[in-house]
Amino acid sequence: MIRELGPNDIVYLLEAARWTIALALIAMVAGGVLGLVVAVLRIVAFAPANWLAIGYINLVQGTPLLGQLFIFFFGLPLFGIQVGAWEAAALALSINASAFLGEIWRGSLQSVSPRQWEAGAALGLNYWQRLTSVILPQAVRISIAPTVGYLMQLVKDTSLTALIGFIELTRASQILSAATFKPLQVYGLAAIAYFVICFSLSRLSQHLEKRTHAAR
Amino acid sequence: MNYNFRFNALAPYTGEILRGIGLTLQLTCLTMAIALVVGLFVALARMSDNRLLSGAAATYVEAIRNTPLLVQLFIVFFGLPSIGIRLDAYTAAVIGLSINVGAYAGEILRAGIQSIRPSQVEAGRALGMTAGQTFRSVVLFPAVKAIYPALASQFVLLLLATSVVSSLGAGELFHQAAFIDSRTYRSFEAYALITLTYLILTLGFRALFALVYWLVFVRRSRA
Repeated sequence: MIRELGPNDIVYLLEAARWTIALALIAMVAGGVLGLVVAVLRIVAFAPANWLAIGYINLVQGTPLLGQLFIFFFGLPLFGIQVGAWEAAALALSINASAFLGEIWRGSLQSVSPRQWEAGAALGLNYWQRLTSVILPQAVRISIAPTVGYLMQLVKDTSLTALIGFIELTRASQILSAATFKPLQVYGLAAIAYFVICFSLSRLSQHLEKRTHAAR
Repeated sequence: MNYNFRFNALAPYTGEILRGIGLTLQLTCLTMAIALVVGLFVALARMSDNRLLSGAAATYVEAIRNTPLLVQLFIVFFGLPSIGIRLDAYTAAVIGLSINVGAYAGEILRAGIQSIRPSQVEAGRALGMTAGQTFRSVVLFPAVKAIYPALASQFVLLLLATSVVSSLGAGELFHQAAFIDSRTYRSFEAYALITLTYLILTLGFRALFALVYWLVFVRRSRA
């Protein structure tokens, strides 16, 4: 039955937006852990590890996220692992995020001048001390702005999980649009909700970037 | 694991896959061309002294960059008919993708235009170059060189992003996966094969773009 768009519907969309945020945060944390591994494998002085990381990054960045979602959604049950849309979405997004975060962090680590390593050695610091007290503090500071910027990308990416049937903001708008037959208003509301989340994150990223540059 | 992978079940659909590849490439090239034109206007508008014009361009860019492509496509395809604009899936896909990529292309082009300083043009003229030579060698060539890598990666991102328009039923490559899935019930095989096809396409284009960069920018500047 077709009904009017009411305040309850907006609450419904906002509740669904919680899943958008939850999914983005899970992918950020799980993808971040895996991304650290990718970044390290990509820069250690051991060629096969580098090739493995490069292959992984190319595989993930060279295929559509939508394809990755469907592969996990249909593929894991074949290995006897029963997954719903939620698990498949979280897994695919985490793996996708790990390749991008890995590259962001590799770039941050490599943007600290190699002379800093030499300077640390000249001061008599050992490898671990140089890494944790000289290189990492600078690399982390450089990486904060692009990492927050990527989180915004991740929020937008979660919209694709609607297509495997996970009920987040976009899927909820599809459902609501079918019930009220007001697609323009409903998708417009969804767009506004995404805008509020993403614009805050991109502003935060810009702010952090200015602060890191000011500190240098 | 007792599942028998049957990729040969997909063999009868080679024609559909090839047609999907063709449509994806067509969609990508057409969108990129329109987006570059849109992007040029956006870049010029953003740099304009007219605050209304630059404000409108900035609003457009922010609105697009902070919302997902899928929602933008839904607004164009499902939303616009309610105000009397009815589009078929392919047209809606081209329009939705062009509006989306136009915003990103606008930012890339703006960076390219701003990378050329007026003093460089003056230097070119001081060396005795004609206005045409100055434009070609001092303005256009370095600007294109500066934005080429960003545009090339934007093209590959667009190629991957076209998969999203399968949700409108535009008949491109990813849509064919859903079609084959519905005919064969070989969901995993269909999506895995189509996803790998994208990998081949993106790796191919990256190699092609790298080759063109080397031929046009590296070799020429060495000579």
